[in-house]
Amino acid sequence: MTSTKPSARPQDAADNASAESASAAALHVGTSDPLTLITRNLRQSGIYIAFVVIVALFAFMTDGVLLSPGNITNIVLQYSYILVLAIGMVILIIAGHIDLSVGSIVALTGAVSAVLVIQHGQPWWVGVVAAVAVGTAVGAWHGFWVAYIGMPAFIVTLAGMLLFRGLTLQVLDNVSLSPFPAEYQKVASGFLNGLIGGQGYDAFTLLIAAIAVGGYAVSVFRTRLARIRYEQAVESFPLFVTRVLLVAAVVMYFAWQLAHARGLPIVLIILAVLVITYGLMTKNTVFGRQVYAIGGNLSAAMLSGVKVRKVNFWIFVNMGFLAGIAGVIYSSRSNGAQPAAGNMFELDAIAAAFIGGAAVAGGVGTVVGAMVGGLIMAVMSNGMQLMGIDQSTQSVVKGLVLLLAVAFDIYNKRRAGATR
Amino acid sequence: MNDVLLEMRGITKTFPGVKALEDVSLAVRRGEIHAICGENGAGKSTLMKVLSGVYPTGSYDGEIWFDGKPVHFSGIRDSESVGIVIIHQELALVPYLSIAENIFLGNERRGRGGLIDWNRTNAEARELLTSVGLDENPVSPVVQLGVGKQQLVEIAKALSKDVRLLILDEPTAALNDVDSAHLLDLLRRLRDRGITCIMISHKLSEITAIADSTTVIRDGRTVETLDMSSGEVTQERIIRGMVGRDLDSFYPDRVSEPGQEVLRIEDWTVWHPVQPRLVVDHAALNVRAGEVVGIAGLMGAGRTELAMSVFGRSYGRNISGRLYMHGKEVRARTVAEAIDNGIAYATEDRKRYGLNLIADVRANVSAAALGKLARAGWVNGNEEIKVAEQGRRDMNIKTRTVMDTVGTLSGGNQQKVVLSKWLFTDPEVLILDEPTRGIDVGAKYEIYTIINRLVAQGKAVIVISSELPELLGMCDRIYTLSAGRITGEVPVGEATQENLMALMTMEKELAG
Repeated sequence: MTSTKPSARPQDAADNASAESASAAALHVGTSDPLTLITRNLRQSGIYIAFVVIVALFAFMTDGVLLSPGNITNIVLQYSYILVLAIGMVILIIAGHIDLSVGSIVALTGAVSAVLVIQHGQPWWVGVVAAVAVGTAVGAWHGFWVAYIGMPAFIVTLAGMLLFRGLTLQVLDNVSLSPFPAEYQKVASGFLNGLIGGQGYDAFTLLIAAIAVGGYAVSVFRTRLARIRYEQAVESFPLFVTRVLLVAAVVMYFAWQLAHARGLPIVLIILAVLVITYGLMTKNTVFGRQVYAIGGNLSAAMLSGVKVRKVNFWIFVNMGFLAGIAGVIYSSRSNGAQPAAGNMFELDAIAAAFIGGAAVAGGVGTVVGAMVGGLIMAVMSNGMQLMGIDQSTQSVVKGLVLLLAVAFDIYNKRRAGATR
Repeated sequence: MNDVLLEMRGITKTFPGVKALEDVSLAVRRGEIHAICGENGAGKSTLMKVLSGVYPTGSYDGEIWFDGKPVHFSGIRDSESVGIVIIHQELALVPYLSIAENIFLGNERRGRGGLIDWNRTNAEARELLTSVGLDENPVSPVVQLGVGKQQLVEIAKALSKDVRLLILDEPTAALNDVDSAHLLDLLRRLRDRGITCIMISHKLSEITAIADSTTVIRDGRTVETLDMSSGEVTQERIIRGMVGRDLDSFYPDRVSEPGQEVLRIEDWTVWHPVQPRLVVDHAALNVRAGEVVGIAGLMGAGRTELAMSVFGRSYGRNISGRLYMHGKEVRARTVAEAIDNGIAYATEDRKRYGLNLIADVRANVSAAALGKLARAGWVNGNEEIKVAEQGRRDMNIKTRTVMDTVGTLSGGNQQKVVLSKWLFTDPEVLILDEPTRGIDVGAKYEIYTIINRLVAQGKAVIVISSELPELLGMCDRIYTLSAGRITGEVPVGEATQENLMALMTMEKELAG
């Protein structure tokens, strides 16, 4: 294999670049040595390594209970709404904003839904649509003040946190409402299972997982082919296969465990659809890319013709929309609406984004990273609960993890700056 | 009057790759007003930063003698402790603190128990304000004052520190005529009180009116020190010292074949975004296809402001005037509209306004025309990389891959990324603001070659530059800008550094 180390003379490197990229051997700009890859992308891969370590640690300390079928199902059901919120939150954080009000929006949308469905006897879907609509409207309200009036999101959403908590109390008239009809409860606690049978496990769950894995493999392989056609750098083939197999193994293990519990949670399907949609949206659409441009350098984005106000407005609308979905999931899971619902959810969502590698100054972060960040929090909480560690200690540990994650981010940035 | 208060000997200051000052000497006599002149980038500000300790001893070569003793400053506090105070062009007042608080900031008048003695603070502030001729209540916040009065507060602050040598960097640049006259008057009175003053200024009429000596700096070297007391030194004499820079770069040849007019502005007037003053004053200019037009002007003349206001009104307020593309009046009220009309503007400050430094080359190149790569909002990432690769090859951007972060590239390569980005918008007219600032000679030559290639393709190019030889080497025509007004339009054949500088320093009274 030809060496692709940058030539000592930059002129040479530039001259050779086009010739090199044409030859297949030189396609690995960089290296296929996993260790080098890991250290080079410490920021990105660090989060995955941390996740694996934390899962292993808690699996060990709970004698494997953490990874038992029932518990995995539990983690999914318990933290899904935080993950939904984290999707919207990381997008705001990339653009350099924040939303402190999402907990209140979850409460308000759940309350609106409960009033319609429980008090007025409307069908379950009316509650869902109304909750999402109210959430979206609240997002538009925030977006208006931030984007068009030019107020800092911190203040606007701090006001929103109070405002919408107050409205929740008024909508509910200060009392809890419950229970929801069975259909509504299914959103958060329902399962798809038994559709095609199985011997002590749910074959349907495994089938869906297999389809997902297959789709993933085809999609990344096509991307790889396109890259090669466009003469771009790709990782070496063995490494590529290893990566795909690793992902497949993790997903199938996860599905296997779910199949041995109660099957495929409906909320997991919702979450998967959202993660895939938003993951692609942020990376591959004009809109998503403009979010990164705004967070990376606001002035440069403006002077490149990005309609900054419009983008800022819509990412808040989107946050409201997702908070509405989270409101439905949460009210469905708790089977009712309470005045204090969703308290502090914003902090969990923000923590998930930052642990997942989003930069405090904006411009950096990914949806998938935020999901992993959220799962780290989820596994830690769940693991500590299984170990019988009390609430206060859990809070201390979570606080420290958030602190260290952001400190790591800042340390990395300084190191990157020093090597410049 | 002839003893020397300050002497700087053989000052040499280098930045990575650039020699900002080379063997500069400066002698300022006690109780005089000493003007320092030079083009943009000649090294005036660097010299003052060396003097005031912003660049500490050891980061430069040479000696500073103050009041007969060698001095070594490791920070502004050291220089202030011997009585050297610098007032920067961008005033450093805290807007929402009162005048008195600003005057004594970091130097508070304390009473018993370490608490601030407000009576003494305000009384002393009032005295200082009287001495600079400012009739304002010392407890009113600074934000309520105009720029002229803020300048006086700065001087009052300097006086509160028992200033012996007052350095003013472009003190009248942002002032109107009345405020300027008032300020010059005050400087005379301070001189009479024995305060020595160094004034950096582009306004030659002020210098001839007020200065006792003038030192001219060019390309980081002292050219000469002129004794102004005889009254025989004219503005033309100073200009002769300022220009005559060596033609140290080589400019690639180009056959000039201007075609049809592409862009024209008429009656273009722009107000400062917050201050009540004109920044661009009824300017008119045009540029044709296949033509390079230069805009020459000193700091504060309004060059960048003119360009940015044309580029989708991205600067200023109350913009009026007409903008034509190909003879047809167009509407370009936002940057997106300007880009759609075929206008591109590559900023003078690429790190702040031009690039997303934490993103890769690819994302920066596509940033201004991402829509061209997208169908129904989805970006074709492979086409995008292809475009970036194209830019990398055409511009010879030295980077390992287009996925490298732009922040890790050198200045010249970053500038090429900016150019690639704007070329991808397929503009008809490119406004290049200081396209070669802060990049090395080799990269400069490459940029010139790229400009020539664009012009050969029929693009219209407007170059804003502080380097007159660069404009003379690259342009077909040069407009001069002074205090927001176009004071001249010179075909390159008739242009010399002297006549351009004379037009660039032409002031309202003379021009009107």
